[in-house]
Amino acid sequence: MSTEKLIVTASPHIRSQDSVPRIMWHVVASLVPVVLAAAWFFGVSALLQIATAVIAAVLTERLTGKGGAIADGSATITGLLLGLTLPAGFPLWMTALGTAFAIIFGKQVWGGLGQNVFNPALVGRAFLQAAFPVAITTWPSPGGGFFALHGDLFAIPLTHPLPNAVTSATPLGLLKFEGKGTAISNLVIGSTGGSLGETAALVILAGGVYLAWRGYLNWRVPVSILATVMALSSIIHFIDATKPGALFMIFSGGLMLGAVYMATDMVTSPITNLGKLVFGVGIGILVVVIRVWGGLPEGVMYAILFMNALTPFINRATQPRVFGTRLVSVT
Amino acid sequence: MTTTLAPATAPDLIPGAWPPAAPEFVPGAPPPATLWADTWRGIAKENPVLVQMLGMCPTMAVTNVLANGIAMGVATMFVLVGSGLFVSLLRKYIAHEVRITSYILIIATFVTLADLLLAASFPEISKALGPFIPLIVANCLLLGRAEAFAAKVGPVRAVADGMGMGIGFTLSLAAMSAIRELLGRGSLLGFDILGPGWEPWVFMVLPAGGFFTLGLLLITAAWIDELRRKRRLVVAK
Repeated sequence: MSTEKLIVTASPHIRSQDSVPRIMWHVVASLVPVVLAAAWFFGVSALLQIATAVIAAVLTERLTGKGGAIADGSATITGLLLGLTLPAGFPLWMTALGTAFAIIFGKQVWGGLGQNVFNPALVGRAFLQAAFPVAITTWPSPGGGFFALHGDLFAIPLTHPLPNAVTSATPLGLLKFEGKGTAISNLVIGSTGGSLGETAALVILAGGVYLAWRGYLNWRVPVSILATVMALSSIIHFIDATKPGALFMIFSGGLMLGAVYMATDMVTSPITNLGKLVFGVGIGILVVVIRVWGGLPEGVMYAILFMNALTPFINRATQPRVFGTRLVSVT
Repeated sequence: MTTTLAPATAPDLIPGAWPPAAPEFVPGAPPPATLWADTWRGIAKENPVLVQMLGMCPTMAVTNVLANGIAMGVATMFVLVGSGLFVSLLRKYIAHEVRITSYILIIATFVTLADLLLAASFPEISKALGPFIPLIVANCLLLGRAEAFAAKVGPVRAVADGMGMGIGFTLSLAAMSAIRELLGRGSLLGFDILGPGWEPWVFMVLPAGGFFTLGLLLITAAWIDELRRKRRLVVAK
């Protein structure tokens, strides 16, 4: 008797085409318009910056990781996202150093992809923010021709950069330190000072919608973040009109990039749907608190890193009931 | 149970003799070893920072520049040796029930000495270290060595152990603070090493840099340990 038809295996029995590399490369593809927007506003400097970050990420992954880890595209995403959070005139050696730090301390020391607690790109960004606070807040103004090299990109490695760019404050910095507003239309299009990828809010949103449509991004995280920020800042604006309103809040700074591409990292956000909502609301509250009352103009990075740290606890607290069982109160 | 320092039933005791003879067996006493082994243990095999993970508070707090790290290490070594000697000398007179209090008193005496000596000889470093010199009294390394070692062995071995632990602590702190000062300020002991063009990594002087430096040192120590173990295995084969 043939036993081939009687083989019993554990589920799942039907597999979709999705795999880690496939999802990762889709995310990379959805970031291409964001990179193009950065190039449109900041010229060739933006491309140099992002290329440096990606190359450094892949090289570090090659040196520290196992052989097959490059093909899954996760290092490319870390490099892309980190590059997009930097100012256009940031010295390239600092970019490379920060990206290597992101891969080694953000990912590899935890045990590689899937084991990391914090979003690697944000770990690298936090390191650069703490290590080189002046260089990372020197924002060149957009424009000046496509081939204009901003800032001090080619500073000799490990030496002082000599800022020589025409700089401008970010909209959040302007508001916090000089009390000036910025037109919402400029924020939406992206023609303001700031990090490479954070200015073009609409392009980022389009990438997010594409990923959500493919099912590679859970809409609950970005929607709950943006809704919380809008609701809270509306209330605060209503009470104290000198504080920024809802539209300014969601279209300025790194909120859009963070909400769509960083908070939704599958590894570092909660698994359950309820947990994702809790995670998003937490990020939204922290962003508003840091921006409105904190000493820093921008708080998206710290908000996401903080909620990353809480993710295991959110997962435990929102663990769903196992199908077919019921909750019994144990006294 | 009443506390009697000398058990009256012990047959070999002359009644009324003071001090009573030391009991032959001390529970939990470290196995006999040469003085060299007692000293070397603290430097390498049981390094307070890298292996025992004791005294983490000063390790994090004062290692932002090399001078502070060395001063803290030497001050701690002074207290380790002094308190080890006196805990060992007084071990037969300290009642078991109040031993921790007594150790702390002895340690606090030497910490006060170290604090005043440092303030008199190196006022700038003393000012930079601030409350961290008085806080040596709360360093678990001191209480740990008093309870685990000095209270159970003779004064010579206790001093050797204090020296070893102190040298090990100083070396670890010096290594950490050298890395942090070099990267964070481009200098060592205040002398400019890396030239005026060096872009300081402010990160390394901040507390977070301390945690990362300690992590790197621990990884290195574990890696060396692993290499040595492998080599020993090869030799054994």
